[in-house]
Amino acid sequence: MGEIKRPDAYAQVGNPVCGDVIKIYLRIEEKDNKKKAEKYIKDIKFQTLGCAAAIATSSVTTKLAKGKSLAEARKISKTDVAQFLGGLPKVKLHCSMLAVEALSEALDNYEKKHKQG
Amino acid sequence: MKVYFDNAASTKIDSQVLEAMMPYLTNKYGNASSLHSWGQEASQAISKARKKIASLINASPKEIIFTGSPTEAVNLAIVGSVMPQMGQKNKCLTTSIEHHAGLDPFDHLAPHSFKTNTIPVDNKGVVDLSFLKKNINNKIALVNIMYVNNEVGTIQPIAEIAKLIAGQAIFHTDAAAAKYCDLNVKTLKVDLMTLAPHKFYGPKGIGILYVKRGTKLKAIIKGGKHEFGLRPGTENVAYIVGAAKALELLQKDKQKEIARLKKLQNSLVKGVLSKVKGSRLTGHPKKRCPDVASFLIKGVEGEAILLRLDAKNIASSSGSACTAGDLMPSHVLRAMGYKPEEAHGSLRLSLGKYNSQKEVNYFLNVFPKIVNDLRRMAPKL
Repeated sequence: MGEIKRPDAYAQVGNPVCGDVIKIYLRIEEKDNKKKAEKYIKDIKFQTLGCAAAIATSSVTTKLAKGKSLAEARKISKTDVAQFLGGLPKVKLHCSMLAVEALSEALDNYEKKHKQG
Repeated sequence: MKVYFDNAASTKIDSQVLEAMMPYLTNKYGNASSLHSWGQEASQAISKARKKIASLINASPKEIIFTGSPTEAVNLAIVGSVMPQMGQKNKCLTTSIEHHAGLDPFDHLAPHSFKTNTIPVDNKGVVDLSFLKKNINNKIALVNIMYVNNEVGTIQPIAEIAKLIAGQAIFHTDAAAAKYCDLNVKTLKVDLMTLAPHKFYGPKGIGILYVKRGTKLKAIIKGGKHEFGLRPGTENVAYIVGAAKALELLQKDKQKEIARLKKLQNSLVKGVLSKVKGSRLTGHPKKRCPDVASFLIKGVEGEAILLRLDAKNIASSSGSACTAGDLMPSHVLRAMGYKPEEAHGSLRLSLGKYNSQKEVNYFLNVFPKIVNDLRRMAPKL
């Protein structure tokens, strides 16, 4: 939980009108992986204004994503998040969607900045 | 310490109320409609309870109807009073801050060509009397205005409203949140009034409807002649007896209890406003009941506050969207002019006879840190 100063990427989703705002910060580095250098999430932090489910799902999303390669991080779904929490009430499922959306947008923003060729 | 600051949602049954109920849950089990002595015993208990409740609100026994819940009483008041007027009248008036029980029943009336208009409120939650004045006429079947708003605690000028209506329409007030107000029906001049025993240390699952003599009411449930033909169903003797005892205890030494609660409320409100930056009290500053204190806390969300307080054994409530089943922020706060993002940070604390200054102090010790922790977790917007 918190901020990453000078993050490699970040994204903010949601809005105060509907009640939940989630911001995800990423620190991305390269890991030397025998064959090739692979980019991975060295550090990830969240900041959330919202209900308990919004806070929990954004926290879990950062837990699941930390240390993963960008490709693996992309695969994290809202079901993974809900499962990690032992399930979510139906009305709160949208919160898990929001957290994963924030991660996905942050990864998009990173990729946009580092477009190859 | 376990601190219950959600008395507006429901209350603990008083031990004297439970004691009064017990015989009717154990060996006095007759059906009040039976002619034998088991039945007559039950029937007399109901009679006694009805008489007691009537005298406590300055009504007569035949004007007291028992229903299966306060919501059911409101339904009976609204649907039951308007349907007989089909063909003669075609409009109803209610407010924008009614509890859902005072809004949804109008859905039953729309298919019968009754148009319902809502009276707006100001930012303190008081109904717009000039709007009422402009819109009241003899085409109005029913005016429905809750006595005290359960979310923010604002008290409506019921007697003044009754004067404005001047008999042109039937006037119902939902007094579920008005336990610490004057319940004298002759002073209030209402035609119908709902009371909610589970809000004043009585059992859940029973409602009381005062029906002024001469008010034409039609039953909404069919199946018997109980409650003067207005609410069939084998009477819940134990709960009726409990409700009467609860009202008796409420009305006894009421002014003393109101003064005690006002003191606690003051201490709570002053404490929150001084210790938590960016906090505001909602509802009317003066015309408010002594037990409810609702706040808007900037930069935090209601459900998160609620759960953190619960983790510290403090019960509270919120008007945030996340706590509502339909994910919409409180319609009461919206009607009072608050924006959705403001309504999300709402917190309601409601005191009762079992709360003490010690508990208020504990709350004030714990609450500011919870707000700070949640604010630190939020992005800067």
